[in-house]
Amino acid sequence: MAVTASSSATTASQTGPEADARPLRIALIGNPNSGKTSLFNQLTGLNQKVGNFPGVTVDRKTGVAQLTPTQRAEIIDLPGTYSLYPKSLDEKVITDLLYDKAADNYPDFVVVTVDANNLRRSLLLFTQLGDLGLPAVLALNMMDVAERHGVNIDLPALERELGVPIIPMNARKGIGVAALKIVMAQRLDAPPVGFWQPDEQLLPLVRQLRYYFNLHNDYLALHYAQQYRQISFLSAEEKAHIQELVQQAGFDATTAQAAETISRYARINEILLETVTVVRTEKREPISNRIDKVLTHRVGGYLIFLGILFLLFQAIFAWAQYPMDWIDQGISGLSAVIQANFSGPLVRLLTEGVLAGLGGVLVFIPQIALLFGFLAILEETGYMARVTFLMDKLMRPFGLSGKSVVPLISGLACAVPAIMGARTIESWKDRMITIFVTPLMSCSARIPVYTVLVALVVPDQAAWGIFNLRGVALMSLYLLGLFSALGSAWALKKLLKARERSYFIMEFPVYQWPRWKNVALTIYQKVKAFVLQAGRVIMAISVLLWVLASYGPGQQQATAEAQARREATTKGWDAAETSRQVASARLETSYAGKFGHVLEPAIRPLGYDWKIGIALLTSFAAREVFVGTISTIYSVGQDADMGTLQQKLSAEKDANGQPFFTPARAFSLLVFYVFAMQCMSTLAVTYRETKSWRWPLAQLIYMTGLAYAAAFVVYQVLA
Amino acid sequence: MSLFRRSPQKAVISTATRRTAKDLRLGETGTICCLEDPEMALKLLEMGCVPGVQVRLSGRAPLGDPLMLVLGDQEYTLSVRASEAATILLKE
Repeated sequence: MAVTASSSATTASQTGPEADARPLRIALIGNPNSGKTSLFNQLTGLNQKVGNFPGVTVDRKTGVAQLTPTQRAEIIDLPGTYSLYPKSLDEKVITDLLYDKAADNYPDFVVVTVDANNLRRSLLLFTQLGDLGLPAVLALNMMDVAERHGVNIDLPALERELGVPIIPMNARKGIGVAALKIVMAQRLDAPPVGFWQPDEQLLPLVRQLRYYFNLHNDYLALHYAQQYRQISFLSAEEKAHIQELVQQAGFDATTAQAAETISRYARINEILLETVTVVRTEKREPISNRIDKVLTHRVGGYLIFLGILFLLFQAIFAWAQYPMDWIDQGISGLSAVIQANFSGPLVRLLTEGVLAGLGGVLVFIPQIALLFGFLAILEETGYMARVTFLMDKLMRPFGLSGKSVVPLISGLACAVPAIMGARTIESWKDRMITIFVTPLMSCSARIPVYTVLVALVVPDQAAWGIFNLRGVALMSLYLLGLFSALGSAWALKKLLKARERSYFIMEFPVYQWPRWKNVALTIYQKVKAFVLQAGRVIMAISVLLWVLASYGPGQQQATAEAQARREATTKGWDAAETSRQVASARLETSYAGKFGHVLEPAIRPLGYDWKIGIALLTSFAAREVFVGTISTIYSVGQDADMGTLQQKLSAEKDANGQPFFTPARAFSLLVFYVFAMQCMSTLAVTYRETKSWRWPLAQLIYMTGLAYAAAFVVYQVLA
Repeated sequence: MSLFRRSPQKAVISTATRRTAKDLRLGETGTICCLEDPEMALKLLEMGCVPGVQVRLSGRAPLGDPLMLVLGDQEYTLSVRASEAATILLKE
C-alpha cells in the first residue's frame, strides 16, 4: 500500500501543478499560539468547513485556499502541538494523519507556523517533522514583535540550515500571506537536512520495523516503536508484533524520547547560534507580564473574572432583547399578512407549522451570536488561559482542573464543542469528569426556554437598584447549573479510580487585541451551524407536530368539535371564546393530544399538563424544540390571535379559568430544563469522545433523574 | 549528567540542600539542572524546560498555586502547579 502511495506521489510531482487532477493538500501545523488560526483564516477566509456536530468530525478543520488565479489547495488545520509525541487526544489527530502515507488525507506538504520570538521551542516540532521526511515551508510569524524585541534573524542562513523555504510574516495583518501562497503553489521537496538520528543501538529495532511495515524512513519507524499503542490504523496483531520487537530490544520509550528531545535542543541551539542574534533594547518587563499582575491579582483577578461573566450575561439578556424583538415581530407580522390574504390547510401548515417553528429558531440568533462572540474574544485576547490559571486550585477539590474551566464556560454556549474541548485535558479522570458534568452548564439551547418562561412569571422591574429582576432570575438559573455541575463532579471524583496523574503545564499566550476577523468568522460559523443543524430538526419536528396536532384518529375530532359548539350555544359564549374552545377540543383529540395524555400521569406531580407533555417529548431531541413545539401547539387553530408566543402563553387558562402558567409551574419547568439531558447531539458526542455507551447512558439517567426530582420539589413547595 | 534522578534518596545532592523551581522566591531566577520525574519531564522538556535554561518565578495564582514561570530571557511564561515545579531541580 505504501508503495502505491509513494509512486503516485512521484507521478504527481513529475506532471507538475498544471496537469493536476486533484488540488494540493496542505496541512497547517505549529505550536499553540503561533498564529496558526490567523494564518488559516487568512488563507481560506469564508471557504471553511467546520464540523461541530456529530457525524461531522471536528478534528480536522479544512478550507480551500486560492493560491494562484488557477490553482486551489485544500488546507487542513491541525490542533496546536509542541511535538509529535501526543499528550492529549487532541494532538493524536496529528500523528494519525502524518504516520500513514497511504491515508486518504495524507498531505502533499506541511506549512509549519513558527513564532519568531520563540524559535528554539518552535523548531523542536519543525525538526521532528523534517525527520519524518515531510516536505515543508516555514511560516515565520510575528516578525514585527521579534524585531521590536531586538531579535535579529539571518533568514538566508536559517533557510540553508533548515533546508526549507522560509516566509517571514505577520499573519494577523496578512503580511507575507501573498508570498507564502506563491511558495505553496509549487511542489516542494522534503528538507534534505537530517536533524537527528536514532541512537546506534536502536538501529536494529528501527530496521526491523521499517522492513515489516515498509516505512520510508528511520524516524517514522522509531515513532512506531514509541507510540504503537495509540496508532489507530494498526491491527491488534501488528501492535502485538511491535510490542514483541520493542521488548526484545529492551526499548524504553520515556528515556528514548527525553534523550531525543535534549539532543534536538542541542542541534537547534547550534543552528540558532549561527543565525539569530538578540539585542535586548528594553530591560523593562514585557507589557503582557505587567497586565498579568493586574488580571491575576490575588483579589482583583477574581473580581475581574466575575465582572466579565456578569457583563456576558447582561449582553445576552439585556442587549440581545432588541434584535430579538424585531425578529419575533417580523415573523408574526409575516404570518399575519399571509393569513389575512390566503386560506386553506396549506397556508395553515405554512404559518402554524413552518413559520412558527422557524420563528422559534431565528429569534435566538442574537443571543447565540453574542455568546460565541464573547467567548471568542476571551480566547483571542489570551485571557482564557489566565482563567484556567486562576481557577486551577479552586477546581481541584471537585476533581476538575483549571483546564476544565474552558469546557465548562464553553458549555454555556453548547455542550457539543465543549465536550470536544475537553480533549486538551491530559488526565483521563479529569477529562471524564469534565465531560460528564459539562451538559449541566446552561447551554444556549436553554436560553429560549429560560427567556420565555422567566418573562412569563418574573416582572420586568429593577431589583436592589441596579439589577433587573429578570436578569437576576436568569443568573440564578445559570448558577444552579454551575453548582450542580461542581457537585456532580465532586461526587464522581469519589467514585472514579484514577489511573494516571493529572498535570497542568500550560503556556500563557501574550496578550493581544482580538482579531475581529477571527471573531466574526467564529460567530458566523456558529450561527450558521445553529440555524442549519438545529433549524432543520426544529422545522421537521414543527411540521410533523402540526400534522399530529391538526388531525386525529377517526371521527373523534369532529365529535369533540360538535360537542364544544353545543356547549357554546347553551352557555352563550361569544364568537372568540367559542372558536378558542373549539380549537382546544380539536387539539385535545388530535394525535398529539393523545400522546400528551398518555404522558400526563407521569408528569402531573411536576405540575405539567398534556400540552407540556408533548413539548417535553419533542424537546427530548434538542431543548430548543420546546419553544417551537409550544408555539406550534398554541398556534394551531388560533387564527384570530396573531400575538407573540409570550401573549399566547399568558392567555392560557387552566380548568378553573385561572392563568395556567403560575410561578410554581414555570419554575418547575425551568428547573427541569436546567438539569434534564435533552440533547441527542450531546449524548452522541459523549459516546464518540469516551468510546463507550456507559458514559452517555449514565449522563442520561443521572440528569433526567435529577431534573425530575428537582422539578417535583419545586412544584410541590411553590404550588 | 543524567537527566533524571529517579529517586531523590540516591541522588548526589542530598534532599536537604536540593532546590527546585518551587523554592524560588518571587522574582528570583535560577538555572535548570535536571528534571526529577521522567513522566513530567517529557512534557516539561517539550515546553522548553531544558537543562541549562534560566527560569524565573514571576507570579503565583491568588491561592498560591499554580505558579507562573518565565523561561529563558523573557521568552515566554509557563504555568505549572507547585507539585510540578518541585520536579524541576535547579543548579546550586
